[in-house]
Amino acid sequence: MAKAAANTKAAASASAERRPALAGRTLSAPGVKVEMLPPAERISLRAPQASLAPLSKALGVTLPVKPKTSAMKDGRTALWLGPDEWLIIDEAGNNPLADCAKVTALHSAVGISHRNVGISVAGPAAAVTVNSGCPQDLSLEAFPVGAASRTILGKSEIVLLRTAEDSFRVECWRSFSDYVFTLLSEAASDAAN
Amino acid sequence: MLLIRCPYCEEERPELEFRNAGEAHIARPTNIAAESDDDFEKFFFIRANPKGVIYERWRHIHGCARFFNAVRDTVTDKFVMTYKAGEPKPTKLPGAAK
Amino acid sequence: MNAMFRISGAGRLSQAKTASFSFDDKSYVGIEGDTLASGLLANGVHLVGRSFKYHRPRGVLSAGAEEPNALVQIVRDDARKTPNVRATVQELYDGLTAHSQNRWPSLSFDVGAVNDIASPLFSAGFYYKTFMWPKSAWKSLYEPKIRAAAGLGVSPDKPDPDHYASRYAHCEVLVLGGGAAGIAAALAAAETGVRVILADEQAEFGGSLRFESGARIDGQDGYAWAQAAIARLKAMDNVRVLSRTTAFGYYAQNFVGLVERVSDHLKNPGHDLARERLWQVRAGRVVIATGAIERHMVFANNDRPGVMLASAARTYLNHYGVAVGRNVGVYTANDSAYAAAIDLKKAGVNIAAIIDLRDNPAGPVIDEARALGIEINFGRAVVSAGGKLRVSSMTVQPKHGGGGRTIPVDAILMSAGWTPSVHLFSQSRGKVAFNDETKRFVPGTYAQDCVSVGACNGTDGLDATVDEAYAAGAKAAKEAGGKAGKGARPKVDAGESWSRGMLGAAPGAGQGTTVKAFVDFQNDVTAKDIRQAVHEGMHSIEHVKRFTTNGMATDQGKTSNMHGLAIAAEELGKPIPQVGLTTFRAPYTPVTFGSIVGHARGALFDPTRRTATHGWAASQGAVFEDVGHWKRAWYFPKAGEDMHAAVNRECVTVRKVGGLFDASTLGKIEVVGPDAARFMELLYTNPWEKLETGRCRYGIMLREDGFIYDDGVVGRLAPDRFHVTTTTGGAPRVMNHMEDYLQTEFPHLNVWLTSITEQWAVIAVQGPSARKIIEPLVEGIDMSDEAMPHMSVREGKIYGVPTRLFRMSFTGERGFEVNVPADYGEAVWEALWAEGQKHGATAYGTETMHVLRAEKGYIIVGQDTDGTVTPNDAGLDWAVGKKKTDFVGIRGLTRPDLVAKGRKQLVGLKTKDPKIVLEEGAQIVADPKQPIPMKMIGHVTSSYWSENCGRSIALALVAGGRDRMGETLYVPMPNGTIEVEVTGMVFVDEKGERLNG
Repeated sequence: MAKAAANTKAAASASAERRPALAGRTLSAPGVKVEMLPPAERISLRAPQASLAPLSKALGVTLPVKPKTSAMKDGRTALWLGPDEWLIIDEAGNNPLADCAKVTALHSAVGISHRNVGISVAGPAAAVTVNSGCPQDLSLEAFPVGAASRTILGKSEIVLLRTAEDSFRVECWRSFSDYVFTLLSEAASDAAN
Repeated sequence: MLLIRCPYCEEERPELEFRNAGEAHIARPTNIAAESDDDFEKFFFIRANPKGVIYERWRHIHGCARFFNAVRDTVTDKFVMTYKAGEPKPTKLPGAAK
Repeated sequence: MNAMFRISGAGRLSQAKTASFSFDDKSYVGIEGDTLASGLLANGVHLVGRSFKYHRPRGVLSAGAEEPNALVQIVRDDARKTPNVRATVQELYDGLTAHSQNRWPSLSFDVGAVNDIASPLFSAGFYYKTFMWPKSAWKSLYEPKIRAAAGLGVSPDKPDPDHYASRYAHCEVLVLGGGAAGIAAALAAAETGVRVILADEQAEFGGSLRFESGARIDGQDGYAWAQAAIARLKAMDNVRVLSRTTAFGYYAQNFVGLVERVSDHLKNPGHDLARERLWQVRAGRVVIATGAIERHMVFANNDRPGVMLASAARTYLNHYGVAVGRNVGVYTANDSAYAAAIDLKKAGVNIAAIIDLRDNPAGPVIDEARALGIEINFGRAVVSAGGKLRVSSMTVQPKHGGGGRTIPVDAILMSAGWTPSVHLFSQSRGKVAFNDETKRFVPGTYAQDCVSVGACNGTDGLDATVDEAYAAGAKAAKEAGGKAGKGARPKVDAGESWSRGMLGAAPGAGQGTTVKAFVDFQNDVTAKDIRQAVHEGMHSIEHVKRFTTNGMATDQGKTSNMHGLAIAAEELGKPIPQVGLTTFRAPYTPVTFGSIVGHARGALFDPTRRTATHGWAASQGAVFEDVGHWKRAWYFPKAGEDMHAAVNRECVTVRKVGGLFDASTLGKIEVVGPDAARFMELLYTNPWEKLETGRCRYGIMLREDGFIYDDGVVGRLAPDRFHVTTTTGGAPRVMNHMEDYLQTEFPHLNVWLTSITEQWAVIAVQGPSARKIIEPLVEGIDMSDEAMPHMSVREGKIYGVPTRLFRMSFTGERGFEVNVPADYGEAVWEALWAEGQKHGATAYGTETMHVLRAEKGYIIVGQDTDGTVTPNDAGLDWAVGKKKTDFVGIRGLTRPDLVAKGRKQLVGLKTKDPKIVLEEGAQIVADPKQPIPMKMIGHVTSSYWSENCGRSIALALVAGGRDRMGETLYVPMPNGTIEVEVTGMVFVDEKGERLNG
């Protein structure tokens, strides 16, 4: 740190405090709890079929090729969003952007850790809560554990990942988090009925 | 709300995830700068707007984000079929022309 | 204490649990489980409203959703006054307050009833014919008067304090209607394990089993069987049972809208509970089991309070324990009214007589009625009801005419037969077919994966209904992927079967008569009105409907459509199917705006997007403006400053010292891939291949037609990586536009687009001190002019976090835009702010941003352009790559109109009086003395007070503008014409020296 500081004229030893959107916000209702998830590392990964093997290897998780699926390993989840698009979420504090940087095969990796926020919706009424604004069929048959999809929640776009039978991770853009959290909260209060 | 089959997601998904993107199979001329006024008019401004079967572009904008093509009947509002962008215009439609 | 007409031991409600309520400020006692209608009838109250047009006294006609008469206003508090509530649907709760509608000064004495006496003036088509002349009087006189006199109930005038929930649901089998048919279908489907939703509009399931006293299923009373079956269904994990839930609309691909009334029946719902819940259900198969609706008899004064449907009277007796009168007449054209008479007789109510239009009907119910000693008259008609506020008699005649007699009664039960409820089937785009033998429309051709069962399918008899429904439920489930069920079909031991009845006007109200025999009670349409419509040339039922308004009230003609059709057909001399049926449209019953709006109100009406620095700006007293969904800091007033003063100070301070501005809302797209530059070449007018890494360029994006679509500064981070910015409002559509070309026109390019708008918070630091403010916080970037000239971009660290630092300017001053990951945005802003304070910098908002850019003649796409402006029009020809052979819009730019002389061009305007600030949008003329309408040659696009210039400045699109430099033009305004001089677009630092100042 001292070395770096010497390069520039002043300060720089201080570091900006991270202030995630709606940090710590939670709402409990009968049958469901909605809460903001801690920050995670994320990239938007785009690549042709031919690059998937080296990228999977570098990321340590096999990029899924089946629509509406995800793969998870060691705190890192790869969500299929489109035929050449994956959302990589790393909750273990490792940097997928750096991992992809080593790959020479054709791809685009763009850091979006701060673009998205994650919201957990968990409990027996979780699916009903999400269905307040999401028109997809969220039964376990149609949307099993591990299913992932970009979709709609009310008037916001979200990415939805089923993390367990009764729990979802909702990802939305940072500035939509207030809307999405509030809608999920209001829906949660109705969901057990 | 309609269900639309996305050829990339390989399943029917709610209409809310989609956006219409106008008529399909109108290719941008490769040497567009050399187009005559008449040809450019046809390419850019003139659309078929038929009563009956229409070939359209849709985008699964809030899903896989892919543009794809669809055949829809403007009378019944029913989708006849959907197929990936770049695939040729289907000559035979399912359920049609017995 | 029981109300007068409550019969001890009758009905299914626990008579011990009372509920007090008031109607028109008079208190009554009902019991829990009552509807408002049954509660009123228990107290002998039949008069509940006044009719829409003639203000005739009206009573309760039905016991269900089809009610056209008993519409009341339910008042919970100051804000919650719901009009047009059907008393037959509203459940009673202790303390319920209801008021009658459409009367003044009181229900029993209503001045508006003069319309009834003057009714010859108000016949069908009255409004169309009477208020034609003079034309000008329509808006000023007729319409306001008619509107004041019309209408049912009073709208609440305060915001609705209730909240409404909504959810999407999916199931394999959706069963609409919870009578015997619906329950049987749901049981069969549920046993296969598929997901089943069963919905019924009533509070209790059972449908007609609520009044059919003789039904026995699986060895129990029919209603008890229904309750047991519902309990079984509720206990199953794969079944959702929804009571008080109306299927109001059947849309494409088995998408059905249901509204569940969650708390309207509760005394104190509390705020946690939604008032209503909208269910948007996608079903694999739909079983429609919506039953049938009894029709009234069309005879003179058939609308007198106390005249009601026979099945309704039976429901009030058998379910609610209420007798609708003590001396009841019955007028029927089918068997089902006999059952009502029999039940009432057995409960101790006198049946004055049964008047049966049929000549010699026979059957067990008729025998039973006779055995009970009830007087039965065949081949006779009730030609008139006596009484006004309550029916007091019925006048009976042989149906082909002859001497009549008047029988005193206090209620008349009527039944003309049953109309299958094909509404939802019809909404599904199925085509109904007329069964000539039974004289009813039944489902014919199906358009969707649904099936109708029971009475709505024209199936008669309980046994046949249950049989059909159970098989249909099992089949639907199987088709939707269910396994074979293990259950057994419910066994019907006894049930009723109803015969046919009649359509149209009864004798005494038929052709050639002018009596008030109502067809449509809610819209006050009589048989005579329909005949008149035909006489006046309405030969299509659609025209008859619109001319008379038959079936157009909120009850959608549930009781009236078939009668109206039959009368029109008779008058036209055509068979019914040739006259046709009007279209059934959603909603089946009225739906509140609240349930349609659902969660989308208040904060959830639309997303409100806030940037990372929003909290800081708010704490500094910033005033925000809405820009799309975004809240952006507009200006930062200090104590005592108005907007003008604050903006002036901000503008001067930025040019003198420096300022901080939150530019985070600008759209940002990362373009990555080996073909990134080639793609940029195709999407923007500018050349990109040769842009060096680390440098920026102002780019213009066109549509294919050659008009400006968007603009923004683009930085090249690496040979294969561009950081593109777009306008705030254009971000989503620019992304869509780029994806469209990439995916469908240039799919061969190896490049990908990622929205990074929200990844980066952007802090613009502008002004002579900009570098001094930023530099102390930066690591790893040499910010000298030599190392980092204007229009360059560097990656490094600021305040310990990663940054993409752009040197660029939207003010004309030395400027930077500091991009940092969004969660760090506010902390970095605060650090920069602390540095800025040392130099006297200001925070500035969007207003100052606009003024400063206008002083430099920088355009804003969408403000100074409107989708018809070319780069040349905007003076931006320099940004169009002249050597390029292709880009989106290249061909459009050479269209004849786009290269023609005299196009509107963007220029500057200075008012001759520097104090006058032009209005944006104001029109410009060359000669103010020309006659009106003047030839307008352009308009003002941007206009501000510039404190830096000490005068007003403006930008305008003016025809041939660049050839008019120095010319005087005129802006005519309501209070005088403003003289302006055409100038260049740059008002400050024309040479651009301050960019490095």
